[in-house]
Amino acid sequence: MPNTKTVVPFSAAPGQLEKLDAVIAGYKGKPGATMPVLQEAQEIFGYLPEEVQIKIAEGLGLSLSEVYGVVSFYTQFSVNPKGRKQVSVCMGTACYVKGAGEILERVEKKIGCKAGSVTEDGQFSIDATRCIGACGLAPVMIVDGDVYGRLSPDQVDGILEKYMKG
Amino acid sequence: MADTVKLKINGMDVEAPQGATILEAARQIGIEIPTLCYMKEINAIGACRICVVEVKGARTLVASCVYPVAEGMEVTTNSGTVYKARRATLELILSNHRKDCLTCLRSQNCELQKIAKDAGIQEVRFHSDNLEPQIENSTLHLVRDNSKCILCRRCVAVCKQNQSVAVIGPNDRGFDTHISCAFDRNLDEVPCVSCGQCITVCPTGALTERDETEKVFLALADPGKHVVVGAAPSIRVTLGECFDMPVGSNVEGKMVAALRRLGFDRVFDVNIAADLTIMEEAHEFISRVQNGGVLPLITSCSPGWIRFCEQYYPEFIPNLSSCKSPQQMFGAMVKTYYAQKEGLNPEDVFVVTIMPCTAKKYENHRDGTSALDGIPDVDVALTTRELARMIAHSGIMFRDLPDEEPDEAFSENTGAGVIFGATGGVMEAALRTAVESITGKELPDVEFTAVRGTEGIKEAAYAVGDLNVRTAVSSGLANARKLLEGIKSGERQYDFIEIMGCPGGCVNGGGQPVQPQTVRNFTDLRAIRAKSLYDMDREKPLRKSHENPLIQKVYEDFLGEPGSHKAHEVLHTRYQKREKYPGVKV
Repeated sequence: MPNTKTVVPFSAAPGQLEKLDAVIAGYKGKPGATMPVLQEAQEIFGYLPEEVQIKIAEGLGLSLSEVYGVVSFYTQFSVNPKGRKQVSVCMGTACYVKGAGEILERVEKKIGCKAGSVTEDGQFSIDATRCIGACGLAPVMIVDGDVYGRLSPDQVDGILEKYMKG
Repeated sequence: MADTVKLKINGMDVEAPQGATILEAARQIGIEIPTLCYMKEINAIGACRICVVEVKGARTLVASCVYPVAEGMEVTTNSGTVYKARRATLELILSNHRKDCLTCLRSQNCELQKIAKDAGIQEVRFHSDNLEPQIENSTLHLVRDNSKCILCRRCVAVCKQNQSVAVIGPNDRGFDTHISCAFDRNLDEVPCVSCGQCITVCPTGALTERDETEKVFLALADPGKHVVVGAAPSIRVTLGECFDMPVGSNVEGKMVAALRRLGFDRVFDVNIAADLTIMEEAHEFISRVQNGGVLPLITSCSPGWIRFCEQYYPEFIPNLSSCKSPQQMFGAMVKTYYAQKEGLNPEDVFVVTIMPCTAKKYENHRDGTSALDGIPDVDVALTTRELARMIAHSGIMFRDLPDEEPDEAFSENTGAGVIFGATGGVMEAALRTAVESITGKELPDVEFTAVRGTEGIKEAAYAVGDLNVRTAVSSGLANARKLLEGIKSGERQYDFIEIMGCPGGCVNGGGQPVQPQTVRNFTDLRAIRAKSLYDMDREKPLRKSHENPLIQKVYEDFLGEPGSHKAHEVLHTRYQKREKYPGVKV
C-alpha cells in the first residue's frame, strides 16, 4: 500500500538528531549502509520524515530519491508518525474473508485518513495489519490497545466515537 | 585464458570476445535481439525480459543483455519457448501501457511500438483497468505521462549514472511501482537540472519535452510580429536524423531553407552569438588572470550545468563566467542591436531559437537578466525535435530542399562558433582568441586537439606567453561533480574550465533527435555528430571569433569593447544559490 506522506510537521526531540548523526557516521563509506541506517533511524524517531531522509541521503552521499525509493519499497518503513491513538485493522486471511475490507473502509471514513497515515492533528493513525492471531474473533480491530472482535461494519462508528471524546 | 570463446548461436559457429554478452555475440552473425531496458554500461539490469534466449543446460530462459558467453555454449534465439515467452512478456507490458499511439509524440519513433510490430502482436489478452493519462507537467522543459511508462528505468540510469543528479527513481512496490521523485513531489520541487537526458533515452512517449511549437506557429501567423529565428551550432549536424538521414549529416543549408519556408521573417545563426560569447569570455578570462580575479574561470553556456552549480555547488558560483549563453546573447542582440538598426520596436520582435537542449526552455525564464527590462531575450526555445515536427507539419520536403544561406544582418560566423556544439569546443574557441590576444602573435595552428574527443574529463596545459594555462574540459554532470570535488580537495588545479551538462556536449543534448537504444548501444552518436562540426570548422575561411568582420562591426557600432559597460548590460548575467529542497528545513 503506497506510503503517502501526511502533513504532520516534524520536530525532533532533544538528542534525536545527535543520535542520527552518530548512526550515519558509523556507516559512512560502508557498502549496503542504507537499510541499517534507515532501520536505526526509524528506531530513533519512530518513523522516517522527509527531514530525516534528507539527512541520511546527504550523509551517505545518496540522493533523496534513492533513499525514498528504499523507504517506499519496504512496508517496515513509515513516513508518517503514529497517532497518539492507533487503530489497527487486521487484514489477515480469516478477517479478510469475514469482511475486514468493509471495516477498514468505515474506519478510514470515520477517522478521516487512509490506512498507513495519520490525521492532521496527530490524534489517530490507521494501520492495515497482517494477521494478529485472533482468527477466532474475526474480523478484528485494535483501538488504542483494546481488542474488538466479531465486528460488523455498523459497530465501527460507535466504538471509535468513545476514543474521539477522550 | 583465451581472449575469445567459441559458441553456437542458432546452430551457427560464433567466436566472441571473452566477457561479451549473448546479445553482443548474436550481432556478430547479424541477429539483433530486441531489448527495452538495456543500456550498455549504465543500465544492464536484465529487467524487461524481452531479450530472453534459450541456453542449453540452463534452468530457465536467460536475459541475453547481461548473460556472458562461455566456451561451448549453445544458444537459441528463436526457439518455440523463446517465441512464446517474448510474446507473453510483450503482451503483459502492453497491457499496462496506454496505447494512444495515434496521438503520441513518439509514434513511429517508439521502441515499444516497433518491438510489438516486429513481433506481429495483433491482440493483447490482458487488460488493465487504470490507464488514464497521468500527466506531470510542473516544469518548463518536460512532460511525464506514467500511463505510458514501462518501468525500464533508463531515465533513472542516465539521471544517476551520467548526470549524478538522481532526482527520479522507482517508488513503492510491485504493481504500485512507478517512476517519480522522492515523496512523489513534482519535478519542479526537486533539484532536477532540466537537462532532458531522460527524454532522449525513454523508449516510449512517457517522457517528452514540453511542446512549444504552437506558440511559434501562432507568432508566425501574427502580422504584427517580426519573428526571428536562429539555430544553435549543433542543430545542423543532427536535424537530418529526424528525416531519416545518416547520423552526423551536415544539413546546414537545408535547415536554413526549411526555416525560411516556415515563414520566419529573418533566419539568422546562433553561431555568431557563439563568436560573441568567445569575445566576452576570453576577455573575462584575461582580465581575471591579469587582475587577480577568481580562478579557475568556468564556462556558462550550458544551462543544465548552471542549474547544477547553483543547486549542488553554490560555492563555485564566483568561478562562473558572467557571460550569458550564446542563446541569450543571440536574443539580446536581436532585440537591441538588430531592432535598433532596423527601426523595430523590440516588443514586436519575437525571437525563436532552435536548441539541442531542454534546459534552454528553463534558461529563458531565469530571473531578470534580460537586456531590456520586462522583455525576454528569447521568446521560445524549440528543441531539434520540435523543429522537425514543425517542418513535417508544414509539408516541407526537407530532404529535397536546396542549400540556402542565412540572412546577413546577424549570421556571419567562424569555425570557432561552429565547434561550440561538441565538448571541448568552447575551450578551443576561447583559446584561439585568448592566446592571440595575450601574445599578440598569430597562432601557427588553431587546432587544440587535446581538448577534443568524447572522454568525460580532458586536461591540457598550454604555454601562453609567460603564462602556463591549465585547462580542463568535462561533459556529463557526473564528470563535472568529479572535477569539482577534485578542485575542492586540492587534488586538481586549473585556470580555465569548460563544463557541459550533457555527455559529449550539445551534440548529445537532451533536445536532440531520439535514436533507439539499439542504435545508441552500438554507435557513438557523440563522436559522429562532433566530427561533422570539426569538419565544418576546417572548411571555414575564418576560424577565430575575433576575426569575424561582423563581430568587429558589432563592437564598433554598438558594444564598444569586450567587457564594456554596454556589453555587460546586454551580454552578461548573474547567478544565485538555489535550495535543493525548497520548503524543508534540515
